[in-house]
Amino acid sequence: MQLRRLCAMAAACTPSFALAESPYTFQTPQSPIASHINDLHTWIMLIIVVVFVVVFGLMFYSIFKHRRSVGHQARHFHENTAVEVAWTIIPALILAVMAFPAARLVLAQKNTTNADITIKATGYQWLWGYDYMDYGFGYKSRLATPRAQIENYKDGAPPKSPLYLLEVDEPLVVPVGKRVRILTTANDVIHSWYVPALGVKQDAIPGFIRDTWFTAEHIGTYRGQCTELCGRDHGYMPIVVKVVSDADFKTWVTAQQAKAKAAQDDPNKKWTKDELLARGKQVFESNCAACHKVDGKGGGPFPALAGSKIATGPKEGHIHIVLTGKNAMPSWAGLSDVEVASVITYERNSFGNHTGDFVLPAEVKAARK
Amino acid sequence: MTTTTDALNPAHPIDHGHGADHGHGGHDAHDHHHAPAGWRRWVYATNHKDIGTMYLWFAFSMFLLGGTFALGIRAELFSPGMQFWQPEFFNQLTTLHGVIMVFGAIMPAFTGLMNWMIPLMIGAPDMAFARMNNWSFWLLPPAAMLLIISLFVPGGGPGAGWTFYPPLSVQLGAGMDFGIFAIHLMGLSSIMGSINIVTTILNMRAPGMTLLKMPMFAWTSLVTAYLLIAVAPVLAGAVTMLLTDRHFGTHFFNAAGGGDPILFQHVFWFFGHPEVYIMALPAFGVVSQILPTFSRKPLFGYVSMVYAVCAIAILSFMVWGHHMFAVGFPATAQLFYMFMTMLIAVPTGVKVFNWISTMWQGSMTFETPMLFAIGFLCLFTIGGMSGLVLSLAPVDIQLHGTYYVVAHFHYVLVAGALFSLFGATYYWLPKWTGNMYSERMGKLHFWWSMIAFNITFFPMHFLGLAGMPRRIPDYALQFTTFNEVASVGAFLFGFAQILFLYNVIHTIRGGVGPSPQRPWDGATTLEWDVACPAPHHTWTEPPSLALVREGLIAQGLEESTHVEELK
Repeated sequence: MQLRRLCAMAAACTPSFALAESPYTFQTPQSPIASHINDLHTWIMLIIVVVFVVVFGLMFYSIFKHRRSVGHQARHFHENTAVEVAWTIIPALILAVMAFPAARLVLAQKNTTNADITIKATGYQWLWGYDYMDYGFGYKSRLATPRAQIENYKDGAPPKSPLYLLEVDEPLVVPVGKRVRILTTANDVIHSWYVPALGVKQDAIPGFIRDTWFTAEHIGTYRGQCTELCGRDHGYMPIVVKVVSDADFKTWVTAQQAKAKAAQDDPNKKWTKDELLARGKQVFESNCAACHKVDGKGGGPFPALAGSKIATGPKEGHIHIVLTGKNAMPSWAGLSDVEVASVITYERNSFGNHTGDFVLPAEVKAARK
Repeated sequence: MTTTTDALNPAHPIDHGHGADHGHGGHDAHDHHHAPAGWRRWVYATNHKDIGTMYLWFAFSMFLLGGTFALGIRAELFSPGMQFWQPEFFNQLTTLHGVIMVFGAIMPAFTGLMNWMIPLMIGAPDMAFARMNNWSFWLLPPAAMLLIISLFVPGGGPGAGWTFYPPLSVQLGAGMDFGIFAIHLMGLSSIMGSINIVTTILNMRAPGMTLLKMPMFAWTSLVTAYLLIAVAPVLAGAVTMLLTDRHFGTHFFNAAGGGDPILFQHVFWFFGHPEVYIMALPAFGVVSQILPTFSRKPLFGYVSMVYAVCAIAILSFMVWGHHMFAVGFPATAQLFYMFMTMLIAVPTGVKVFNWISTMWQGSMTFETPMLFAIGFLCLFTIGGMSGLVLSLAPVDIQLHGTYYVVAHFHYVLVAGALFSLFGATYYWLPKWTGNMYSERMGKLHFWWSMIAFNITFFPMHFLGLAGMPRRIPDYALQFTTFNEVASVGAFLFGFAQILFLYNVIHTIRGGVGPSPQRPWDGATTLEWDVACPAPHHTWTEPPSLALVREGLIAQGLEESTHVEELK
């Protein structure tokens, strides 16, 4: 603990960056596990610095004193059993001393029992889905930084927001001081759920469930990123955890449950074309524009939608490719019927495409079978 | 390339003059009447020196190519936002940079060194299987071509990282298949090269040179070759399963078909961790040759060095899980891999202490090879320390997949393997070319590389601690400063290597003058007992027992019976 305070002091004295964190070490720990990791690291670094000073001290002493240019004559010794045994055993003992607290911490990290809340985090290419298993709702969490800020090679790129690439539309919300268990899995490829300040990193593996846990000690917002290469937009799927008071959490959960109910599109709703187009534009820009671009022109290996055979041909083919994917394009079956229908309608009637079709949610539902 | 390599390893002219007066090994200079000239000399090459030369030039060209990719990465990362590439091309750059540096540059460079130097150092006339040696080299250029062509097929090159993790690698386009076939070819090449090295070392040593009296470079080459024979097939198996998953409907790595994506990681890292030592052990060997030479003292603790190399090799098969601490092992596996990994610090520490003791009380001079060896020692130690930090599973949870890991393995592979390769090149260049390189330029190359390397990679430790993931084409604003510094360092480091190329070509063309047969007064191994430049054929008759003993006594591996033998 003493060490941590020293570190914090050192951190306070160094020039700080956007998040007011020391740029030279871990982010300020916000969970017991992160604090323990920080302490362990500091302690190991102290041992390392001592070893480093001794080893480099000896080496540079030798380099300066035992050189021919100062007239040093070589002494032809080449073994000494006692010394050799000593420098085998002493490092082994130092390692044993390091191993003990590390092992205890491994056991603490791996103990995911007695969770207060369980949330499933699902990695998608390239966003996160969160399901509140205990409360029966879930939502997707996507990068909120506009593409225009990212693409510097375009003229007139707007200035980057302070939370560039670390902001999402819907953060994960958890109550302070509660033991939160995160189940990770993935929809397509391996992702990794990483929030440095909370000391959590867990790969999300398609077809398997893994778990980890944290207890956030303070109210605040903590940010991380996907840390397993997952394709094109690996760098663009941040994780934002908003820690709120217990009361705020309850209010939020109630609101989310109500919203989830409302958002469940009424299957009998009659959609007008304009409604579908507006919804489709929104779905396109948060899901498809990364590859096919906002103007539908595509780029590199990603085909243009403007004038494409699929987007201007029969709509069955269009629905099929969105639901099943092809080559580098993942399946978008995870979107709702309304989302798929609206985005297809949008694609068939934008970027210079004028099929005049419009696809209804019921058609998508039928195509899924 | 042909003209320079011709000069690097002259087939006929120079050695005629050396035959009589330049000691042992020169007398066979007239035996190479059947050596073909022109392109046939290289395509049909069976001479270990010619093949070694080709390996070294191949490795250097791949180093420049891989380095260019690295500069493409660092240029993009100079500032936040996408400036030059699309993200998917960035992924292809990181993947090809890794694959090319590991399989195209570092490994072939060491195989080249082994080809050139092992027969000279153990008194053998050539490698055991001269024709297979030709085949092991000539598989490499097609492999490199496959990797380069992959960039131009639909979908571009492999973009799943050099580790090729599925399901991402199953999802990608045809470039991945090119990558897989390239790895197959390079694996075949490595296996054949290794069989050659093992056989040569075990069967063709000079009289009196028992296993525990071999030069340390021969020892590390032997252990490296065994490691490769053990794990290259494992990698081939892993990528073949990937190939069948991609095209033939198998489900090794697909959970929906009863497979497991993590299985690939187990198999890959069962290869991948020994691979780390395949790249590090020969570097240990090189440094163990250079340090005694320029300290004018025998290598300290020869036997413990050998035990340490063997211990590291054996432990390297038991620690692969530390690359996977974040996949969600049970606590017991997490602990097992953590303890085994920490254990590797013991033999590695023994080696570092032995090297420092070799320098201790020596009479050191600091020619370029020595500078690179000391640079290796300093930076490899730092890489070892960051490795220790990473070995602690709880800390690794924070650092896994971040720039800290990038910093760590570049300290081990660039400052470790690459610096030792530079040291080896300067050390043996006089023997290869017959000329002395420019010491001034060599020292400039060292200091420039040393400083630029640290500017590039040291800040990456901070980036990793602060949580910047690796393999991202774009980053949050708080990472900007260190990324700018690293990018500047990378370009400086890249330019330093042009200096190296110039110095080598300059040396081939005459350098600063002809080199004596033994340019380093502290050098005691057998390669310095052949003429300079080394004739096309050496040790067609094994060195005499007396000559071998003379070297072994100087290396402290045998006691002299008469006091005068010391002089």
